[in-house]
Amino acid sequence: MPETAALMPWLGAIVIAAPLVLVVYLGVSSLLNLPLAEQTISKSIQASIVTGLLGALAILTFMLASGGRHVVVDLGEWVETAGFHVRVMFVFDRLSVPFVLLSFVLTGTIAAFGTRYLHRERGYNRFFVLYAVFLLGMITASLAGTIETLFFGWELVGLSSALLVAFYQERPAPARNGLWIWGVYRVSDAALLLAAVVLHHMVGKGDFHHLLGEAPWPQGQASASSSEAFVVGLLLLAAAAGKSGLVPFCGWLPRAMEGPTPSSAIFYGALSVHLGAFLLLRVSPLLECSPVLCSVLVVLGLCTAGLAYLIGSVQTDIKAVLSFASLSQVGIIVAEIGLGFRYLALVHLLGHACLRTLQFLRAPSLLHDYHSLENAIGQHLSQPRLPLLRWTSTGTQAWIYRLALERGYLDSWITTCFVTPFVGLFRRCDALERAWTSWLLGTRSPAPENKPTPPVRMEELV
Amino acid sequence: MILLPLPWLEAAILIALIGAVFISRVGNLDRAWRWGVAFTAAVLSCTVLASLTFYLQEWTGTKTDWSRGSLQANLLGRPYLELDELNAPLVPAAALLHFLTAVATARTKMRRFSLTWSLSAEAFHLAKFGCTQPMVLMTLLTLGAALPLVELINRCRPTRIYVLHMSLFAALLFTGGILLQRADGSSTMSTAAAVFLLAAVLIRCGVVPAHCWITDWFENASFGIALLYVIPLSGVYAAIRLVLPIAPDWVLHGIGLMSLITAFYAASMALIQREVRRFFAYFFLSHASLVLVGLQLHTAVALTAALSLWFAVILSLGGFGLVLRALESRFGPLSLRQHYGLYDHSPMLALSFLLTGLASVGFPGTFGFVAADLLVEGALGANLFVGLVVIATGALNGIAIIRVYLLLFTGARHTSTVSLELGLRERIVVLTLASLILLGGVFPQAGISSRRRAADAILNPFSAPPLHAAESRPRSWWLRANRQYIVDEFPPPHR
Repeated sequence: MPETAALMPWLGAIVIAAPLVLVVYLGVSSLLNLPLAEQTISKSIQASIVTGLLGALAILTFMLASGGRHVVVDLGEWVETAGFHVRVMFVFDRLSVPFVLLSFVLTGTIAAFGTRYLHRERGYNRFFVLYAVFLLGMITASLAGTIETLFFGWELVGLSSALLVAFYQERPAPARNGLWIWGVYRVSDAALLLAAVVLHHMVGKGDFHHLLGEAPWPQGQASASSSEAFVVGLLLLAAAAGKSGLVPFCGWLPRAMEGPTPSSAIFYGALSVHLGAFLLLRVSPLLECSPVLCSVLVVLGLCTAGLAYLIGSVQTDIKAVLSFASLSQVGIIVAEIGLGFRYLALVHLLGHACLRTLQFLRAPSLLHDYHSLENAIGQHLSQPRLPLLRWTSTGTQAWIYRLALERGYLDSWITTCFVTPFVGLFRRCDALERAWTSWLLGTRSPAPENKPTPPVRMEELV
Repeated sequence: MILLPLPWLEAAILIALIGAVFISRVGNLDRAWRWGVAFTAAVLSCTVLASLTFYLQEWTGTKTDWSRGSLQANLLGRPYLELDELNAPLVPAAALLHFLTAVATARTKMRRFSLTWSLSAEAFHLAKFGCTQPMVLMTLLTLGAALPLVELINRCRPTRIYVLHMSLFAALLFTGGILLQRADGSSTMSTAAAVFLLAAVLIRCGVVPAHCWITDWFENASFGIALLYVIPLSGVYAAIRLVLPIAPDWVLHGIGLMSLITAFYAASMALIQREVRRFFAYFFLSHASLVLVGLQLHTAVALTAALSLWFAVILSLGGFGLVLRALESRFGPLSLRQHYGLYDHSPMLALSFLLTGLASVGFPGTFGFVAADLLVEGALGANLFVGLVVIATGALNGIAIIRVYLLLFTGARHTSTVSLELGLRERIVVLTLASLILLGGVFPQAGISSRRRAADAILNPFSAPPLHAAESRPRSWWLRANRQYIVDEFPPPHR
């Protein structure tokens, strides 16, 4: 048994190295402009996922056999200088191992689906480079033993998600939606970064076991006071809300459906949307130090679930329906975490991710099946009415429909309260600056904005 | 090893000056370009050797006679140019930027990009970064500020905004210098001098409201020359050498507040810009101001962060600028009012854009990440409000980068029948920068340790004399004049 225990860090390193090698391989070939054949990409992804999955399964087997709950792969201090250090540490425990296994299984399934779905697509290589970055981000975030390591994975997941939403590059809508999602993610990243630094100041280190206690998850006891837990927990909740699309950020979820079906399935149906809930589960011992924070969590989760249910009920696009169905379940998972049901939340998360991936992958062919069915019976299939509407007046029904159709007015609220004033203010500043420079130059009217000529094509230059 | 203790820095400056004169006499563009690349490569090699010599001497603990073979020793009798912990990596970084810019110059841009100007500017940059004597540094800063004027006049562009700002800069700089020279230990005079010097440095760094010359410069100069003049952040060097040793707390807070406002304001302005050049100007301003924010916090962590960020800015923002320049050379001036959809025609350019852009905002896996993380740590440690603004600035810059990426590379179908992909020379430049950014990101410890030593040397100016300095060499008049004042104001080890 001691020999097996010595093997564990190596197995852990394999789990982390598998997606890392994939990113390096696909990334470097793209950077060198040496596009790989579809089959080579497909094989390399298979090899990476199978290797990582086998490593994770071996660790799970060891943990089950030995009763050990906590395997640490400590790569030491990555950067160290007086007053600052960043430690790279990965933890295999009852939370991270199931999530890593889930990540490998679902990304493997999506890769098998995607290689056929995107066959001969122009962006095939680009899709799988971003897919590899996403996989590395998920594995790093899942296994992170320090908040800095978690932040690393968190950022990779965010970037790959936003760029995959803008995957179809011929239309402006995916690009606009990708930018919106990136904006929300940056807010969530800022909250996580702030939480990381506050954590450092609280406990002197970013290691989770210093903050959440030495006992393996979920038995940890956080050493923070109620007020400290409230501040850090609130920042982490903001980060999780952005990543998981909780209220008030849930407007980005239907926008994310602009991406190809495999990425919608893996990111917004299965893994990425659950990453916020995973973060809350990871820090659940800290959350429990503050009953107020737990209450906030429950309220936020239930609000998200209710709103997502309403919005999902009026969607006309199957991917949007599925995304809001996902969101309503994520809301419930968050509420479960707030109520302290950690194992229930974990099991709910794992089951929901698998079910939703299946539904997303089935979505394109399901529409064909529905059309065939309707053609066969010669009429539309019956649509269930919202049970809520049976007991409400017509006016209330209209109000609920408006609320649902406008997605809770959350996007328009964010636009009205933050985006428009911000852009208006700084456009005004820009105009003032131009006026100022034109005055300095001695010209009468403000210097006109340089209106560049339309892009000159190379043919015209030659 | 025998060659190492030679005066490489002086050789680099001399080669740059000779190159500038030589190339001005070459009529053929292609030949001029080849000679330009050869000269910048020779300068880069010399600066790398100078830096290596410094670090080797530090590691081995040996000290060589600084005057051996030195022109300074023979002509001036004392060293005005020398490397220390602060400038040892900056000098090769600035030379690398000049070399890569020369290599990446496309044929279509050769007529606009003056290699004579570039080599002259390189000589000034190296001299500025190598200079530790305040009065000489002031002279170099002022003379160096005249070079952009030549570019603007050559291009028949308006010079008034630039001349106004730089005249004010030079006047304030020399007033401060003269006041300090006459201070003779008087803290009032020293403080007044510090205020003048601070004002000069803020103008040179483009801190709000004296920032319009930077946008004007980017709009009117050729992109390559505009980059080479501002990216090495000479203003920050001036702040460290001239202001930090004598500035009282309230002056430092003044720098900090104004830089903080500039960082946030410029990041916000970058986000709403509709032209690529103005976007880059504000994006650069935001980063330069973040470096100043780190400096003013005057703690070991924040100073290390500022110095690391400075190095990251030269590499990543320099690379980002070169990518934008490559785009401009293919498509002309680019507007941000529409989508271009250029990805399919130049995927490598798109990838380089993302890599350098994200590196400059401190994305994980790049060298900028640790620098940004250190800055947040240092800022939050000093003041919660400063930390929040720094984080918000980073978030805005990140959004701005992806916005511009999506506008330029996605959202439309661009048709072209000829290849718009990067040429071999541009690929070499991009891959060199990508390697440095990623290697620095994966193995940041050496860089951070070096910046930490530089930060310690700044915080304790009397504890770490330059290795090149002879034991008996008197300290500069600057420190002599202000020694009592500095010791009173900044008693070690506090601060």
